[in-house]
Amino acid sequence: MNSYKDILSKHKGLPGGIIQAYHAIQKEFNYLPEEAIIATAKEFGIPTKDAYEVATFYSYLSTKPRGKNIIRICESAPCHLAGTNEIVATLERELGIRMGDTTPDGKFTLEFTQCIGQCQGTPAITINRKPYVDVTPEKVPTILAEY
Amino acid sequence: MGVEMRIVLRNYNKIDNSKIDDYIDTGGYKALEKAYNLEPIELIEELEKSGLRGRGGAGFNTGRKLRFTHGASGEEKFILCNADEGEPGTYKDRVIIQGDPHAILEGMAICGYAVGAKKGIIYLRAEYPYVADILKTAILQAKEKGVLGDFQIEICMGAGAYVCGEETALIESIEGKRGEPRSKPPYPPVSGLWGKPTAVFNVETLANIPQIIEKGSAWFAGIGDPSYPGTKVMTLTGDLVNKTFIEVPTDTTIRDIIYKFGGGIADGKQLQAVQIGGNSGALISPEYLDTSIAFDAMQKIGATLGSGAVFVTDESRNLRDVVCRISQFFEHESCGKCTPCREGTMRIHDLMQKICTGDGTKADLDLLTDLGEMMEVSCFCGLGQAAPVPILSAVKHFNLLDEERG
Ligand SMILES: Cc1cc2nc3c(=O)[nH]c(=O)nc-3n(C[C@H](O)[C@H](O)[C@H](O)COP(=O)(O)O)c2cc1C
Ligand code: SF4
Ligand code: FES
Repeated sequence: MNSYKDILSKHKGLPGGIIQAYHAIQKEFNYLPEEAIIATAKEFGIPTKDAYEVATFYSYLSTKPRGKNIIRICESAPCHLAGTNEIVATLERELGIRMGDTTPDGKFTLEFTQCIGQCQGTPAITINRKPYVDVTPEKVPTILAEY
Repeated sequence: MGVEMRIVLRNYNKIDNSKIDDYIDTGGYKALEKAYNLEPIELIEELEKSGLRGRGGAGFNTGRKLRFTHGASGEEKFILCNADEGEPGTYKDRVIIQGDPHAILEGMAICGYAVGAKKGIIYLRAEYPYVADILKTAILQAKEKGVLGDFQIEICMGAGAYVCGEETALIESIEGKRGEPRSKPPYPPVSGLWGKPTAVFNVETLANIPQIIEKGSAWFAGIGDPSYPGTKVMTLTGDLVNKTFIEVPTDTTIRDIIYKFGGGIADGKQLQAVQIGGNSGALISPEYLDTSIAFDAMQKIGATLGSGAVFVTDESRNLRDVVCRISQFFEHESCGKCTPCREGTMRIHDLMQKICTGDGTKADLDLLTDLGEMMEVSCFCGLGQAAPVPILSAVKHFNLLDEERG
């Protein structure tokens, strides 16, 4: 695919640029397709295994296809105490999928995350890295309607 | 109501974070000018004298770290700002940057001058793209105004790994690798990013530096607890009336933080436990509330100041469930490099799940204690060494078994 090449060429030559290149690829594709990882290894002149090692280490990088909008729910203790479970149940019901899955239309993916640094407003979630705080089951449909 | 003292948050909500002139109007970038008029070693001595110690968790003397980096041989050196902030319940570095981004840049430039580094990198957690935007604007404006001289600052985005807050893992990540900690020594001041002398500082540490240079070391050394002077930003979460952030002198007690600043326990309930310092902190029982948050005072009661997160649980909460959740975090975030942590965090979580169902026995608690004590001494980095702390403290100070079973 040519599009990886364009993205990769911007980050090539920058020391340590591989993670930033992965971020840029994910911005387009929501995950890191196998060919993208192989292409990255080539561009950066490292063994494919090393490119995979990096791709599988970080929670923001995914080697599995994901939906267009990625919903991450904070499961750390302060959010948990404030009612994460209810938010999970509501999201699962509204979207008709379980945590970790993607809706059949490819619109949403549900993921757990640890603390997202918005603990003044527990429970908190992010959608495509945009935070929503003090989330209640009642607020969920309105939030989803933004996407 | 207790009284806050705002040093690193002095400009929070008072200036527009997208306008460098607002910062300059409050005296910003004067400290850097003042620093340039000192010899680097004089500058380092001034910081040493202030007694400033790291706000990222380890509490190392900031001036001394600069001295080591200054003394290390090498043409190229680096100043890294640790903005990976991953401790659950912590968001202070975000608030500090959002309130006053230029204070971080100025702090980094002062450190750069002190050690002879021309380049600084801010390692920012992936969860904070909106903070990256603020920093990008600030860096651009500082460049246009030429306030940073020949010191350059870049942002490097993390990709979601708590362990990357550990300074050597952070360096590995900037180098484009898996964020697995390196063995120390050599410490970063001797051999850090790309093998070059590198000083890594927490956001809050850096934000203090311009103020110290401007107002002098004696001023700073006189604030709070003399062994860990200055203020600390604390983020209050859990069953409190006010879930908020505060900046208080380091001799403030846990009691005041909970009852004065936090407004006490919500819904008129009683306090059960408070955990300070994020997930890696001990669970503290009410009998220790009169301890001050100063680094050494906290260590004396087997707790930590850590990131300054204050997580409160009231009497009605199931503490087993909370502890289980904490143990899950470590299982998830263990980088897998060393066996005691990779296996240990998993076993602890397994045992906690069993205890959570009410099937736990005294033998399980003994096993947890053995496992935890083993991990504290044998894990490769601070993550694995701290992972058992909340669990062991819970076993020691609270009853995790069903009453009837005993
Ligand atoms: C597992 C682990 C996570 C850490 N996370 C952070 C972090 O998010 N932010 C931080 O400043 N320091 C963190 N630290 C501490 C750093 O290793 C380092 O001590 C600190 O950045 C030094 O800066 P300071 O001297 O200004 O505190 C962490 C340490 C460990 C072991
Ligand atoms: S203690 Fe845990 S996080 Fe640290 S190196 Fe070992 S496995 Fe990795
Ligand atoms: S604990 Fe959930 S956002 Fe921090």
